[in-house]
Amino acid sequence: MAVGGDELKLLGMFSSPFALRVKLALSFKGLSFQYVEEDLRNKSELLVVSNPVHRKVPVLIHNGLPVCESMVIVQYLDEAFPGAGAPFLPSDPYDRAVARFWASYIDEKLFSAWVALFAAKTEEEKAEGTKQTLAAAETLEGALRECSKGNPFFGGDAVGYVDVALGGFAAWVHAFDEVHGLRQFDAARTPLLAAWLARFGELDSAKAVMPDVGRLVERGKMMQAQAAAAASTAATAAAKTS
Amino acid sequence: MPTTEEVTLLDLWASPFGQRCRIALAEKKVEYEYIEQNLADKSELLLRSNPVHKKIPVLLHGGRSICESLLIVEYIDETWPSPSPLLPADDPYARARARFWARYIDDKLFDCQTRLWKLKSGEPAHEQAKEDLVQALTTLEAELGDRDYFGGEAFGFVDVALVPFTAWFHTYEKFGGVVAEELWPRLVAWAHRCKERNSVAMAIADPHKLYDFVLFLKQKFGAK
Repeated sequence: MAVGGDELKLLGMFSSPFALRVKLALSFKGLSFQYVEEDLRNKSELLVVSNPVHRKVPVLIHNGLPVCESMVIVQYLDEAFPGAGAPFLPSDPYDRAVARFWASYIDEKLFSAWVALFAAKTEEEKAEGTKQTLAAAETLEGALRECSKGNPFFGGDAVGYVDVALGGFAAWVHAFDEVHGLRQFDAARTPLLAAWLARFGELDSAKAVMPDVGRLVERGKMMQAQAAAAASTAATAAAKTS
Repeated sequence: MPTTEEVTLLDLWASPFGQRCRIALAEKKVEYEYIEQNLADKSELLLRSNPVHKKIPVLLHGGRSICESLLIVEYIDETWPSPSPLLPADDPYARARARFWARYIDDKLFDCQTRLWKLKSGEPAHEQAKEDLVQALTTLEAELGDRDYFGGEAFGFVDVALVPFTAWFHTYEKFGGVVAEELWPRLVAWAHRCKERNSVAMAIADPHKLYDFVLFLKQKFGAK
């Protein structure tokens, strides 16, 4: 429970995997907080003032002080609330570096592959995005094998830093699979990740904050339609000039 | 890992990312072996030590490898907490701010400067690269404000993250016509202050040598 006098406010957006990471971290630590859903087409004064550099969610405001960037926030929670359960990051410097490395990989490779898929206008671009996504999943499978050492999570027998980093994407993995007809964490190709996804989703602290996959699917389909419309507009414009 | 185990750095002389690691190691007075890498013909050791990204810098300590420059700097800070702590030990908020700004530097500067030298001058994309670079450095100038260092009174994590890029000011001027002394006087003064530290002076590149290197890169990889 939050220490008496600690005020935590989270600025987020329902479909943001980055905001979800922070919700997960707060949930796993048993910290209560006020949640503010942002309309990113009409950003609140508070968001703009709290994150003037990026104007993005998530932002965690702790006793009036803003902390930005999802994994920076997760580390902050470890350090500012040492009594709130086991820390997500291990104590050994090498193990910490490994955990940070894989969290960074998830952002750099898995997420960027998804962005490529979302933005894909041609069949070729879709194929490339799919290839990148599956390649990232295979690399993460290896990472899970190494980090878990036979235990259920990247963090070992309890949820750790990389679990939270990937956990933010868990609902989107399901949604994405549905929108694009994929099986990213396929039980045959990436058995450990498939098991991790199921297990993570069953945790009470995760279930308490996970978004509705149906809503994400709707959003994914909408984004896909928008990309297709943009592509066809561009194609029509190109045809007119040729 | 016992701190007396062997330390090796796989690096490239011109890399601002590698220089961050060199500065951190020097601040902590850690002895290490420096191995210059040829990125056109990557060594077995590099490929084995960083199989995922195959990039420098890589720190090897007691046979284990740590990749990604900011992660290496944090690893160095945590493994050798003194002398010269780079992140304040007891201030989670200050640590979060430092990590935020280090990430900002990582996201913005290298990408902008690469576009600046790679793209054809006069094209809209080149103008955009210049604007983006100016915006990033102006933001950092404002963040530094009147302080001696980004963390306040002591040289720290964000200073290590940014200072190698100051050797690129001369290159920015040549490729973009941006004069650092005019646009970012506080950053220029801060750079001089940092260079008074031996760790920084020994690590960062000579601006003219760096410019020649970028000319070579442009010839090889730049837009024709």
